[in-house]
Amino acid sequence: MFPPDGRTEVFFVRIINRKPSRVTSITLTALPFVATIGAYALASHYRRLDNPADKLLPSLQQMGETFWRMAFVPDKRSGDLLLWLDTYDSLCRLGMGMGAATILALSLGILIGFIPHARSTLAPYIATFSLIPPITILPILFIIFGLGETSKIMLIVVGTAPVMIRSVSQEVMNIPRELIIKAETLGASVLQMIFRVVLPQTLPKLVNAMRLGLVPAWIFLISAEAIASTSGLGYRIFLVRRYLAMDVILPYVVWITLLAFIIDRLLLLLSKRAFPWHHLGGESL
Amino acid sequence: MSAGPKISARNVAKTYGDMTVLERLNLDVEEGAFCTIVGASGCGKSTFLRMLLSQETPSRGRIELDGAPLPGEPTSDRGIVFQKYSVFPHLTVEDNLILAREFERSRLFGRSFGSSRKAARAEIDDTLEKIGLGSARLKYPAQLSGGMQQRLAIAQALLKRPKVLLLDEPFGALDPGIRADMHDLLLGLWEELQMTVFMVTHDIREAFKLGTRILVFDKIRHDPQAPDAYGATITYDLPLTRKDAGPPPELAGLAMNADTSTGASA
Repeated sequence: MFPPDGRTEVFFVRIINRKPSRVTSITLTALPFVATIGAYALASHYRRLDNPADKLLPSLQQMGETFWRMAFVPDKRSGDLLLWLDTYDSLCRLGMGMGAATILALSLGILIGFIPHARSTLAPYIATFSLIPPITILPILFIIFGLGETSKIMLIVVGTAPVMIRSVSQEVMNIPRELIIKAETLGASVLQMIFRVVLPQTLPKLVNAMRLGLVPAWIFLISAEAIASTSGLGYRIFLVRRYLAMDVILPYVVWITLLAFIIDRLLLLLSKRAFPWHHLGGESL
Repeated sequence: MSAGPKISARNVAKTYGDMTVLERLNLDVEEGAFCTIVGASGCGKSTFLRMLLSQETPSRGRIELDGAPLPGEPTSDRGIVFQKYSVFPHLTVEDNLILAREFERSRLFGRSFGSSRKAARAEIDDTLEKIGLGSARLKYPAQLSGGMQQRLAIAQALLKRPKVLLLDEPFGALDPGIRADMHDLLLGLWEELQMTVFMVTHDIREAFKLGTRILVFDKIRHDPQAPDAYGATITYDLPLTRKDAGPPPELAGLAMNADTSTGASA
């Protein structure tokens, strides 16, 4: 097995079977990020050599200063710390929209997935509804609910709930029939089966659906804020667009991405803490 | 009521569209029998078991339990152990075992709290010891071996003291050594609880070892032009005594078939 001089034999292993070491893994993860920032810094540098007042690719330092000003220097006109105000307003809208979508997804998803009559009634209706491009409903929402918070939250609900409902109903239908039958033979009523078998098996999948639903939720949040709002991350980006203020827009985009990333990780953490049985086998992204 | 058969099937047939799976099935099983059901793959053994469970209904004929028609859905008078997905993966071992009690005591949501839950957990100490899971009571099923999971599944199926226990290849995925332990556990429980047992198995030796009666399912009518036109029925119905060492000569060929079909489906 081993060569006499003590060297371990080197086998050639196909790439699908090679696992990066921890250091390699971290390096590989950092690589595309570092490359992007480096490429930007380089491009920005050469652009500003031509024109020191260039607005399109501001320097990293300039963006840092602007971000600091947005976060910690009160606005001259209103006296607000704009970044935190925008973040708070946006997250409130996102939270309320996602909250409503989640409640809808859980309740309707279980009904559709578990009760055949509810499935016949609602599944085709929701499938049809989910095909409407949500942004086309926005004018209707503005007319019905006005330009206030309700229409923005409603847009998020309309944009995320149908897909989440369909995903949760499918997950409920995927619960092995054996488990439902087992519960029946243990004397469970329909409500008892929902609360003790279906709901607990569905909750981790619901968290998954939320993580996937957050992607369209952000899109519709920013869209609604861009079109009719006086605060929020999307509002700010589209406001300063008029002044070509890339030094505000780019840090805001990074900030939004960071927020989205943190929310996603928190949901994954919640799922691992609350449903340990669901994470007993296999890797997950 | 006790004079009549526990389970009786009268001219039962099951068809799916043009395909006949079972036909002309007649059976009377007395209370306390241990029926093992064998036959080639796809000959309707599991279909018959699902009909006994009311998971499916016969296309023709009827099945009676204690002289009354079977309920239209699974109920607590018949327990079931499947080959897999038999226990609840989101509940720990002890919570799997108190679930039936919780269903009884908390009529609305089936969930007990505090002292009531503590009492229910204390009630199952003996059961846990008997199935050898005393030290694993706080584990989730995914953390148990296949044999431990099936011991838990059997214990759970017996919580409501069903008069009829249905087993669908319960030990099909287990190692031979562990199977022998499971056989002892199952026979002990059967003698203790005086149940009527139906057990589908691919393992003909297991069928002869455990059963007091063996039912062999096979197709006797064949139409070469329409292979699905006729279904299987019970071709052998033999009473067994526990001293039988193995299959009699006329079933030796079938034993081979059953073994190969196990290999094919595995």
